[in-house]
Amino acid sequence: MAKKRTIRTIPQQRTPVREQDPRERVRNFAEVNCGYTRQEAATEAERCLFCPDPACVAGCPVNIDIPGFIREIGAQDFRAAYEVIGRANLLPAVCGRVCPQESQCEGVCVVGDTLEPVAIGRLERFVGDLAIKEGWASIPYIEPNGFKIGIVGSGPAGIACAADMAKAGCAVTVYEAFHQPGGVLRYGIPDFRLPNEVIDAEIENLRKLGVRFECNTLVGRLFTIEQMIDELGFDAVFIGTGAGYPSMLGIPGDCLNRVLSANELLTRCNLMRAKDFPDYDTPLPLGRRVAVIGAGNTAMDAMRVCLRLGAERVFCVYRRTKAEAPARAEEIHHAEEEGIEFHWLTAPVEILPDEKGGVGAMRCIRMELGAPDASGRARPVPVPGSEHELAVDQVVFAIGTNANPIIGQTSKLRLDRRGYIEADESMATSMAGVFAGGDIVTGAATVIEAMGAGRRAARSMKEYLGIRDDGTASLGEAERGGMLFGIDHRERNFARIRLA
Amino acid sequence: MHDASGSAGFEIIRREDFSDVTYLLEIRHPLMARAAKPGQFVIVMSHAQGERIPLTIADFDRGRGSVTLVIQAVGKTTREMQQTCQVGTMLYALVGPMGVPSAIGQAKKVLCVGGGLGTAPIFPQARGFSENGAYVIGVLGFRSKDLIFWEDKFRGCCDELILCTDDGSAGVKGTIADGMKLAIERHRDIEEAVIIGPPVMMKAGAQVTRTAGIKTVVSLNPIMVDGTGMCGGCRVKIGDQVKFACVDGPDFDGHKVDFDDLTMRLKRYAEEEKTALARWSESCRLAQARGSG
Repeated sequence: MAKKRTIRTIPQQRTPVREQDPRERVRNFAEVNCGYTRQEAATEAERCLFCPDPACVAGCPVNIDIPGFIREIGAQDFRAAYEVIGRANLLPAVCGRVCPQESQCEGVCVVGDTLEPVAIGRLERFVGDLAIKEGWASIPYIEPNGFKIGIVGSGPAGIACAADMAKAGCAVTVYEAFHQPGGVLRYGIPDFRLPNEVIDAEIENLRKLGVRFECNTLVGRLFTIEQMIDELGFDAVFIGTGAGYPSMLGIPGDCLNRVLSANELLTRCNLMRAKDFPDYDTPLPLGRRVAVIGAGNTAMDAMRVCLRLGAERVFCVYRRTKAEAPARAEEIHHAEEEGIEFHWLTAPVEILPDEKGGVGAMRCIRMELGAPDASGRARPVPVPGSEHELAVDQVVFAIGTNANPIIGQTSKLRLDRRGYIEADESMATSMAGVFAGGDIVTGAATVIEAMGAGRRAARSMKEYLGIRDDGTASLGEAERGGMLFGIDHRERNFARIRLA
Repeated sequence: MHDASGSAGFEIIRREDFSDVTYLLEIRHPLMARAAKPGQFVIVMSHAQGERIPLTIADFDRGRGSVTLVIQAVGKTTREMQQTCQVGTMLYALVGPMGVPSAIGQAKKVLCVGGGLGTAPIFPQARGFSENGAYVIGVLGFRSKDLIFWEDKFRGCCDELILCTDDGSAGVKGTIADGMKLAIERHRDIEEAVIIGPPVMMKAGAQVTRTAGIKTVVSLNPIMVDGTGMCGGCRVKIGDQVKFACVDGPDFDGHKVDFDDLTMRLKRYAEEEKTALARWSESCRLAQARGSG
């Protein structure tokens, strides 16, 4: 037995990870972070102190047994490491890439009190990538329990909930309005941060668990939440439709032709492959000098997409400072490396047109930080007489989103005053059997927080349905497969629908 | 199963060509046929590399379990679809019905106006009003007699039908605005007008009803990506507000719509559309040359 590790005996430096050179990578969409090798992962695993009461596990929204999987990496039993993660998180390759580890597991890592914290995110991603490469999947034997679960939205909240319900033995159908599943993972996060193949692999694992994905289905309009329960035979429904509806600030000029939301920019580029226009039909012409308003992850993604699509200069315009910027530290760092020009403490006032209905320039005002506002962050206050023009020909808004109205328009679910779905701590909504979580409840947040909400909802759903943790069924064998509503677009599948 | 979508596609069960640019596709989708209401639209992707285009639902048949789209071949995608979309082939993606359904109210006398792209989509509205017991006056605009379609269908649900042609080869010589003026002269008690068509036509029509003081609804069809409120590409100016046509519309008060802004925004990918069309036409020409050579 090796000697007990202490902060003095472990490798003092964090194992670096190979990254594409910034000058090179701004010309391609390949991943920036190349990931650990087996050896690098094993070396980094030596830095974990295996705390008896690990803060990192508590810091993880889905409570992965972090020391447990790191121990297996140290023992070079990578498959076992994957099994440990798989008990809490079905998407390690995704989460290892997109979680804000510095404010979660790594932020509370004890090693981090003295040295750099253990690179938990990189280790998780290493395990996830290896599992994809080796074709591992943690697919337990599942005894069907006869319950049917409908999930609205195939983003992080929906798939986390789907995975847990499928593992419990339920027949799960996930509905997605787009033509491909994955939600924000697919349309929002660019390839250089999360390659599509990773999403495909993780979705495939869910399919192996028995989860059915029904794309091209706009719930609320094709059928309502009420119909899912009353007519389609779902025993419980989870709504994870995301935040939707981008905010455009409402300043003069925000409808000009060279002004768009980060959501539109990213969807055109990521989901619709506009970067490969005209081989793909969706266009995405951009200006040469682009201003992106906002400093969250979406803003960083939008800026870096613009660079890769050929913009000469890209400006980040944010009314607070770098310290308040909501993006992951690594994303800001990468953006800086790639040459994004940051205009902190700056707010847009007006977008000025050019002669062709595009953007000529953006008028801005400098800000200073005042007293804290309701969110606890310092409130930015305009500096009188500091208005100035920024020469840009493209403006992208990445300042957050408002609630998507479709479910509210089409169901009797209780909404809060901003239009988000009301749910209690158990994620139960005002309607029996209907649960909701993720951005459509909380407003825009992170991928892993949405997954955490999906898993909490799954726990509550199981309780609601009387499913015990040993997976025993409380109903008789239910019809599965082809009887689920809308599955293969053949008429006989729809016979059970009652017309209003 | 073709790709990550897990969908086999949506089968085209009928096609009809009204002219060399206008064609009808009837697509099997029983669920959508049951959910669809007048005024709603779909988003179509003809193939996996295609773009998502919004199209207003021209008809839906619950018995046949189908929805019908009438398409004008104007850009790369719609011309390509004109070639590839045949009976028995599949659309890669079809999602809907989208948008807030039209409020078919209890108005006793209404004007249903369609022209260009809007001729077909005005049909469910006319039928809806007719089913609600309204006296329906249809006004349809075409360039010439050869391009007229669905006259029978419209006669079936309209109490009066005014056809307008630019060249006078059928009906009234003139635009829909002329037809509308004619209808308004004959009927002083029209309570509501619904106009669907290109922005310039809706603008002209809305001007006629503004003068006559008739409540007017128009259906807007701006550029969209998702159609679910997520991208904001379809934002339109309505009075002093900005709305998303996909989830706040597509119907809006015709007297408040900023049509000039809509027209401007519809042109934002004009250059790329030209490139795509030129490239596609060239590839068709080459294919044809190879085929005959």
